Amino acid sequence: MWQNLFIYLLAFSSGFAIMGIELLGGRILAPYFGSSIHIWGSIIAVFLLSLSLGYLIGGKFSTHLPTLKKYGLLFFFSGLTVTPIALFATPILELIFVNIEDTRYGSLVASVALFFIPTVILGMISPYSIRLLITDKEKSGQVAGVLYFVSTIGSALGTLMTSFYLVLWFEVNTIILFYCFLLMALGITSIILNHVFTASSKHQVRASA
Amino acid sequence: MIKNILAFTILLLIASPTLFAEVIHQERSLYRNIFVEDSGDLRCLKFSVKRETSNQSCIYKSDPNKMVFTYTKLAFSGLLLKPNPKRILIVGLGGGTLSNTFHQLFPEAIIDNVEIDPAVVKVAKQYFDFKENQQVTNYEKDGRIFIKRAVLKKQQYDWIILDAYNGDYIPEHLMTKEFLAETKKLLSPTGVMTANTFSLSQLYNAESATYQAVFGEFYNVRFNEHGNRIIAYTNGTKPTQAELESRADQLAPVLIKYGVDIYRVLRSMKIEQDWPKNTRILTDQYSPANLLK
Repeated sequence: MWQNLFIYLLAFSSGFAIMGIELLGGRILAPYFGSSIHIWGSIIAVFLLSLSLGYLIGGKFSTHLPTLKKYGLLFFFSGLTVTPIALFATPILELIFVNIEDTRYGSLVASVALFFIPTVILGMISPYSIRLLITDKEKSGQVAGVLYFVSTIGSALGTLMTSFYLVLWFEVNTIILFYCFLLMALGITSIILNHVFTASSKHQVRASA
Repeated sequence: MIKNILAFTILLLIASPTLFAEVIHQERSLYRNIFVEDSGDLRCLKFSVKRETSNQSCIYKSDPNKMVFTYTKLAFSGLLLKPNPKRILIVGLGGGTLSNTFHQLFPEAIIDNVEIDPAVVKVAKQYFDFKENQQVTNYEKDGRIFIKRAVLKKQQYDWIILDAYNGDYIPEHLMTKEFLAETKKLLSPTGVMTANTFSLSQLYNAESATYQAVFGEFYNVRFNEHGNRIIAYTNGTKPTQAELESRADQLAPVLIKYGVDIYRVLRSMKIEQDWPKNTRILTDQYSPANLLK
């Protein structure tokens, strides 16, 4: 019960972070490639592509002894791979700007360089969450439905919060690093909880025996 | 009764230019809705019909040389600081009136316009007689990217005019400290920059503080407290009052046919700080310009 609630909270947070980072992507790319519609084309396409690959890999990954610990590691590494967006965006973007004149392909390459890896890992979270939540085949569709609901609500709120308020209060890098911290902290919590839950379930098994 | 009719007639006369405004062209571009509107002798380029503030560029059809807007007149403060510009950069084309005027004033000067929206360029040519030729070019690029590339190519301009900000939406990456620093790099050793800015208080303060952070001391140019304000900066040493006056004397007879009273512009140039010292500046990291409007 508590474990499921925790998983939903994590799915919500990852949805929130994904869209927050995607929106800030437009801000980060604008000084080098402008803010035309094709910049958003690049960003959105790269996010969708990365997420789709993430779903595929995450689903496969969930077939090998799924645990909260591995789930937590996904969060930890997604947060870790988001940090370069804040720390190394300038040299990366400058290099691409100097080498590619066409702003369409420039922004596409830049989106891949900055967002591909973290978004693939973030994409792995959804199918892995479903695997951890499902205990009953009959309810699998319902569980998947609730999970999509929670993570997409997270995305909607992440979009609104970031674009309405966070950009007015904080610097772009501060917000990005906040998302890194959030994802990594949730990952570590998940790893810790894994030990707590396995310890308590061992205890229960022993008690019932 | 007669009084009422009289009042109504007067009202009608006052309102007539807007009443009889006629949209002669409209199109939706990738960036905005564009309208060309004729009302009486005035032809205006608008980026949205509903708000009066969105007038981008206007000409008098009977006398297309004459400047209509205050801010275009104020921009001539740049000429007081740098009387003979050889290379001019205009970011934000509008109807192309400034470009046309400068080409008449300085036929030998290279004039580069940067306007990202092909539809605006087309309309400028079709309805506002914007002319491109050997000297005058428009680059269909984002202003920021044009300037970044120009810096890489080590180009320089004697006069840079920043006018890419319309009432409805501000391109936020063209209003940051980093952008202005790049712009400053493009200025020749005695080059000048004039920038059209917002007069709304929150944004006025933020813009002023940002320009100050990059350029240091600059001239605030405006006819009155609440109207348009132009920021004028020179890379060279500031001219003395006497020098400015003698330049104004030379320019006055030439500029009068453009509807510019250069003496009034000169009187309106002040070095003053009229925004709070602790105003947060706009950077690539923090640029919610549209939310500060």
